[in-house]
Amino acid sequence: MNLSLSVRAAIVSVAFLVFFLAGWHIATRGTGTAANMSPEYARLMGATATQGKSAMPGPLDVGEKLWEHIKSPFYDKGPNDKGIGIQLGFSIARVLFGYLLAVALAIPLGFLIGMSPLMSKALDPYIQILKPISPLAWMPLALYTIKDSNTSAIFVIFICALWPMLINTAFGVAAVRKEWINVARTLEVGTVRRAFTVILPAAAPTILTGMRISIGIAWLVIVAAEMLVGGTGIGYFVWNEWNNLSITNVIIAILVIGLVGMVLDQILARFTRMVTFPE
Amino acid sequence: MSDEKFISIEGIAKRYPNPVGGETAVFEDLWLPMKRGEFSCIIGHSGCGKTTVLNILAGLDEPSEGAVIVDGQAIEGPSLDRAVIFQSHALLPWRTVMGNVAFAVSSKWRDWKAEQVRAQAQKFIDLVGLTGSEHKRPSELSGGMKQRVGIARALSITPKMMLMDEPFSALDALTRGTLQDEMRRICLETGQTTFMITHDVDEAIYLADKIVLMTNGPGAVLAEILENPLPKGRQRIDIHRHPHYYGLRNHIIDFLVSRSKTFTQTVVNHDRRHVPVVRPALPEPAIINEPAA
Repeated sequence: MNLSLSVRAAIVSVAFLVFFLAGWHIATRGTGTAANMSPEYARLMGATATQGKSAMPGPLDVGEKLWEHIKSPFYDKGPNDKGIGIQLGFSIARVLFGYLLAVALAIPLGFLIGMSPLMSKALDPYIQILKPISPLAWMPLALYTIKDSNTSAIFVIFICALWPMLINTAFGVAAVRKEWINVARTLEVGTVRRAFTVILPAAAPTILTGMRISIGIAWLVIVAAEMLVGGTGIGYFVWNEWNNLSITNVIIAILVIGLVGMVLDQILARFTRMVTFPE
Repeated sequence: MSDEKFISIEGIAKRYPNPVGGETAVFEDLWLPMKRGEFSCIIGHSGCGKTTVLNILAGLDEPSEGAVIVDGQAIEGPSLDRAVIFQSHALLPWRTVMGNVAFAVSSKWRDWKAEQVRAQAQKFIDLVGLTGSEHKRPSELSGGMKQRVGIARALSITPKMMLMDEPFSALDALTRGTLQDEMRRICLETGQTTFMITHDVDEAIYLADKIVLMTNGPGAVLAEILENPLPKGRQRIDIHRHPHYYGLRNHIIDFLVSRSKTFTQTVVNHDRRHVPVVRPALPEPAIINEPAA
């Protein structure tokens, strides 16, 4: 067998999936008839009581439900019944909005901290204290001051996406090789041009790594934030379906949260590769 | 301002605070004139402050005392008049060969159009023999080629003086030889005023018009300025056959081996302001013992 590593890895991956789905199916299927009961009572109780079927949905149930969602992802039948596509759309919009606000602040501020040892020392204690705060701890304060649940969710995304970008930008800017700075100095390149032509390209891989960490954290936090603020979004969807006791939908939501998170991460990974330079 | 003192180092010193209090002087009261179009080489042991002198000339470092005058003006910080060729080439790895040279060109002539910048950069890429590699990135180049880009970048801004900090020391012997040949050709063609640091005695003899000998630090001084007696048209292949070659070489090696350590203690009345200019004489005739009959 001279298959390439990727082909062999793909075969193993698919095998894992098949084993997992088969195990899941066997563990949740019905085990035949249960106790004798009147047909009317049996209809009332459903397959869980009559055939000993697990209350946990099997892969076929999930697949069927998933197909329904894929067929009409954008339906809107009132506040508690929206298509999963709409809910994802709300979540992605909030994440992007909060994230872009964080980018707009973190990168210039990171440059300032990285280029000025004074600002670095002066701002360090604030960053050290603010960084470890769970973003959700800001939620009551945000709700109280902003008085709008949607904006508060965006604020929470902003605050959680800020720190990795800020710290990575400051570090990347401060760690630009002295000799590159000296090249710019001997060529009398001014501060602004130096920031854009030397420091930014040199620090870009580190900055993009920070942005990639941030988008991951933002996507983690949005689910929890939407569970708190409610109304719309994939986090709200998960909690609403739990209240509906639709475990099938909860499982589907978990799956799509993972997929979207992966896509966001891969987009940033691609950007990182674009700005990375070999030495 | 005269061509005799195109560049003039006037009484510079560099001192660092001492951990036990007080200050340690790396060097003190350094005076050195350089002519326009002259190739000067400074040679001395590690730690004598050669690189600091070069960084002060470049404007990247400041002397604790004294000043450097270039073309009648005291230097204040780095300037496009003085190009630096770094030991580690210091190319920007995200830019191509053309991009690196063009960066320097567009820094000097900010209002130039893109074609003008490219034409000027191309001229110097051709000069260092890198035609055809314009679109390669530094990571795709060998060490020698990278240093050629560094040379092209320095020359492309037509500086009043070029400063080189052991530019060839990281290269293998063959590449170093080729690049020294190119450097000599370029300097003769363009009449570039050049100041170079080296550890390599033969490199100094081949390239330099004046070789400045620096004693060991701390408290280093310039001991002598050697005038290179070899002809301008010297060639690498027969340089060692020249009658003055060994005299000069032995003089430098003697200095590096013993006199650089003891110079400051043994030589009295050394005039730092007018460093003696020496022209090494012919070597003494070698003594050949007649085989015992």
